[in-house]
Amino acid sequence: MNVTPSCALEVKGLSVSYASHRAVEEVSVCFRRHRVAAIIGPSGCGKSTLLRSLNRMHDFDPTVKVSGQVVFENQDLYGREIHPPTVRKRIGMVFQKPNPFPKSIYKNISWGPWINHMRGDMDQRVESCLRKAALWDEVKHRLHQSALSLSGGQQQRLCIARALAMNPDVILMDEPCSALDPRSTACIEDLIADLREKYTILVVTHNMQQAKRISDDVLFMYEGRLVEFGPTTQIFSQPRVAQTQAYIQGKFG
Amino acid sequence: MKRRWCKDVLFRWVCGAVSMFATALLLVLLVHLCRQGWEYLDSSFLTQFASRRPAQAGIKAGLWGTLWLLALTATMAFPLGVATALYLEEYAPQGRLTRLLEVNIANLAGVPSIIYGLLGLAIFVRLLGLERSLWSGSMTLTLLILPVIIVSAQGAIRSVPRSLREASYALGAQPWHVNLLVVFPAALPGILTGVILALSRAIGETAPLVIVGAVGYMRFVPTSPSDDFTALPLQIYDWASRPQVEFHQVAASGILVLLSILLMFNLTAVWIRHRLQRYPS
Ligand SMILES: Nc1ncnc2c1ncn2[C@@H]1O[C@H](COP(=O)(O)OP(=O)(O)OP(=O)(O)O)[C@@H](O)[C@H]1O
Ligand SMILES: [Mg+2]
Repeated sequence: MNVTPSCALEVKGLSVSYASHRAVEEVSVCFRRHRVAAIIGPSGCGKSTLLRSLNRMHDFDPTVKVSGQVVFENQDLYGREIHPPTVRKRIGMVFQKPNPFPKSIYKNISWGPWINHMRGDMDQRVESCLRKAALWDEVKHRLHQSALSLSGGQQQRLCIARALAMNPDVILMDEPCSALDPRSTACIEDLIADLREKYTILVVTHNMQQAKRISDDVLFMYEGRLVEFGPTTQIFSQPRVAQTQAYIQGKFG
Repeated sequence: MKRRWCKDVLFRWVCGAVSMFATALLLVLLVHLCRQGWEYLDSSFLTQFASRRPAQAGIKAGLWGTLWLLALTATMAFPLGVATALYLEEYAPQGRLTRLLEVNIANLAGVPSIIYGLLGLAIFVRLLGLERSLWSGSMTLTLLILPVIIVSAQGAIRSVPRSLREASYALGAQPWHVNLLVVFPAALPGILTGVILALSRAIGETAPLVIVGAVGYMRFVPTSPSDDFTALPLQIYDWASRPQVEFHQVAASGILVLLSILLMFNLTAVWIRHRLQRYPS
């Protein structure tokens, strides 16, 4: 990969292994600033594992071993002086299944800034995050109702809003639409297109059409290895590797 | 095919019959108690002290003693139990030592209560010099119900979905934020249910209280934790062991009071389970 200063997140020789086996092997890639990168590949190829290693979400499982580097703002996130919670403040995450806190809609958004003592007007922050997540109009009258009363699609947008409330630089999304209906999916895709102006976004997806629609770059993984990384148009029109082409055309996976 | 069907029906009938029998037994017991205890069960029964005359006997001292014990025991057992459970679930290294500890705690829940009474006598009454006071009684009961509280709190904490913890960590939370502000509140309904059920076990305990020196006959209400005390089951036992038949009826009234408290506790537990236990899985 040619390294340009516009890398928001640069992965260098990253390997991740679980107790029994290696899930990610020697991946090196540069995720460009303010771009959407889609991570694709067959089930079990290590997409989630890769994504979770980018904001140190593997720390809680002592059996997971990570080696290699993830460079963010000229610092290796696995360096010794790094404080993992600080990393996660800057690199947010949205999970496959919507996981709002069993609290009110308002508190779901305000919780992160609150525990991190972030300054500023909380009401304003909540409103602006909900607006960015295209949820404000649907919930403005019931901010203090339980977040669990929202639909699945709304919950997922709430989770995105919650991640935005930390004002991160990078947002990692692990199949954010897989539990949603087509309308909510379209809503979140639009949202990703809007967020791209301010944030760097990495999205894991199983949906080729979605990857094509929303991403600027595509990373194709197979059995823990990076097979091909490049601009979306190139990957979908003339992939360099035969395997990529076969996967995109739905021949396996 | 047919044989299996036969067994199925047979099994169903056996189960049905057994549960009917158990329920019937309980009903008979209740009816008997009500008939016996009805006569002396009026408001003055709750406001009068024990007396030599059955008509004037009341359960005030026992009732207050039990309330004191409950309050003190809950205050001590809740934080101790929850902290232990949180430690075991969230902090303790997942090694053999922790497993051993957990197995031991689970086993302690099955130790006969009289053993706890002896322990309480040795430690609280004698060693710490707390004498025969509410302190000794409630500390002994705390020891008695701690294992149950720990085990049930562990279950409640374990059932908090991982996704909630991940959601909090992904927002830059530190472990103590997650445990105190997310896991604990989410587990609270389960924890409270366990605490209430454990306390309702403590209400009925007699043996350990006798051993640490609770009295059977008392004509005052304890005003501080270092006072002498009696408790409902002891008072009931005291009446039931008297020769006069009238006192047996008074004992039945006492049992009805005890049962109502237990029922209230259990209803609260059910209510908590149904109303508060709502988080996404
Ligand atoms: N906690 C874990 N412990 C052990 N092995 C794991 C664990 N999580 C994942 N794996 C294994 O690591 C490999 C990669 O898993 P990962 O979840 O990253 O795949 P994925 O590409 O995200 O798949 P999917 O598309 O189905 O989500 C798989 O073989 C999986 O079985
Ligand atoms: Mg995955």
